[in-house]
Amino acid sequence: MEVNIKTNSLADANNCIAKSKQSSLWRWPKLLLQSKTGTVGFLIVFVVVFVAVFADSLAPHNPAANNLGDMLKPPAWLDGGTSAYLLGTDNLGRDILSRIILGTRVSLLVGIFSVVVAGIIGILIGILAGYYGGLIDNILMRIVDSFLAIPSILFILVVLAVFEPSIMVLIIVIGFTNWVTYARVVRGEVLSIKEREFVKASKSIGTRNGIIMLKHIFPNIISSFIVISTLSVATTIILEASLSFLGLGIQPPEISWGGMLTDGRNYLATNWWLVTFPGIAITVTVLGIIFLGDWLRDVLDPRTQGRK
Amino acid sequence: MKKYLIRRLLQLIPVLFIITFVVFVLVYLAGDPVSLMLPEDASEEDREALREALGLNEPFLYQYFHFLGDLISGDFGTSFRYSQEALPLVLERLPATFELAAASMLVAIVLAIPLGIFSARKRNSFVDLFITGGSVLGKAMPNFWLGIMLILMLAVNYQIFPVSGRGTFVHLVLPAITLGTGVAAEMTRLIRSSMLEILHQDYIRTAKSKGVSDTLVIFKHAFRNSLIPVVTITSLQISHLVSGALITETVFSWPGLGQLLVQAVNGRDMAVVQAAVFVIAILVIVINLITDLVYRLLDPRINYS
Repeated sequence: MEVNIKTNSLADANNCIAKSKQSSLWRWPKLLLQSKTGTVGFLIVFVVVFVAVFADSLAPHNPAANNLGDMLKPPAWLDGGTSAYLLGTDNLGRDILSRIILGTRVSLLVGIFSVVVAGIIGILIGILAGYYGGLIDNILMRIVDSFLAIPSILFILVVLAVFEPSIMVLIIVIGFTNWVTYARVVRGEVLSIKEREFVKASKSIGTRNGIIMLKHIFPNIISSFIVISTLSVATTIILEASLSFLGLGIQPPEISWGGMLTDGRNYLATNWWLVTFPGIAITVTVLGIIFLGDWLRDVLDPRTQGRK
Repeated sequence: MKKYLIRRLLQLIPVLFIITFVVFVLVYLAGDPVSLMLPEDASEEDREALREALGLNEPFLYQYFHFLGDLISGDFGTSFRYSQEALPLVLERLPATFELAAASMLVAIVLAIPLGIFSARKRNSFVDLFITGGSVLGKAMPNFWLGIMLILMLAVNYQIFPVSGRGTFVHLVLPAITLGTGVAAEMTRLIRSSMLEILHQDYIRTAKSKGVSDTLVIFKHAFRNSLIPVVTITSLQISHLVSGALITETVFSWPGLGQLLVQAVNGRDMAVVQAAVFVIAILVIVINLITDLVYRLLDPRINYS
């Protein structure tokens, strides 16, 4: 009898574990579907990433091919438009839709990788400053304050005046100017995490500082990193488009949404579609990322829960 | 208060030091300006002579301190493009930029305060949803694209406003709306959440239970207190305003500091780039300092230590 109960409860326990594993797997889509804007954001981001990855096969035309016979065709639904060019063509007869499709690549590349660069530097400095405190913290935070005191666009412009702009240069320069935000947030988190029991316990048994930072502190700051970095991809995409529009970012023949707007501006008076569609592409992409980021913040950051 | 001010001013020293150092290192890395300054066919002796005259053969640190000395005396060098001293060139563009910035802030405040209060009061209503949605859209839309669209609609299709330039009041309208809405989008959201927080405070409930009218509660009790975070927000928006101004000025050919800086970066006119960057940086620092002081005056709960 005794034995029976024991095995029973063991089976129950196993069952419970299995269930909770299953529910943790199903938790995310469920949570996502609970939020309308979160779902919309996720779908937009999914589509944009999909388009960027398969851009070459999705583009109906060669985005770089001049076709002077089909110059400045309006979108398909207007008089004079053809179904071959859904969103019309530009001043060199290039298909706008195909160019927008290829443009997703530059936007996402710069947006994502500059955040990765900024994240790596910011997390490293934030953890070091927060964990060790004292003089290191003081010096590092003075540097952070200095960077925060003036708009990062100024640093970016000085760099772009010195170096020939390219995707690589943009990623690095935006990464190197944005790390301060991460460093600040991470440092704040580390200050409270390092006072928690598990860190103190680990210290008391003589674990090396490096291991504590890597195994105990780092995993605990990931969720706030994800939240800030998602929203920061959105602002970086706008920044990249703005720089490319000013002629300081991605240079032709590389295709970028900002660059398409520069080209289209000269035809503003007669051909509105050149400037309209790339702008819509930027807005929708950024909107999707903001929605996804806001949802992630609500889900991952316990402090914002119930405070909406 | 005095102590606080002195401490804040002392804190600026490392900031200025780092900015100058970063800019100097970048320009140093940019390499030899001699090839830009002399004609293609200049002889090697001429190049060497110019390098010597410019002090480019001196060691790195010596050059840096020399550069600092020049900055303090206001000497940023001469613009290649305009063959003029860089600093006066930058300073003469300031009024145009101030005009645009002030008009944009006005647009932002006029839009954001009523919208923010209204959407907080009618929380979760259709109107609130509409305003909140609008502010997210305003954040997602690139500033310059909004400018281009405004030009397309209101200057090209319906010729109500001029396409570009500065002069009369009508020239100011489109750039101010372009720059202002971006700021307003963020401001509306923050005023809304700050109002929401305040509407739950005890003193609001007390005022309401005393029978004070709704409008009076909102404007006399809630709004005044919601202004405190708004002042901080305004200072946070300065960065936004600067980068927005750079691009808005370019879109509308507004002859301000931003347009000058963008042209200088495009033309590799380093003297002007440096002068413009320093002038903007110092302006931003001063404005932040002022808003910080105002913030402390508004909220006596904050101490100065």
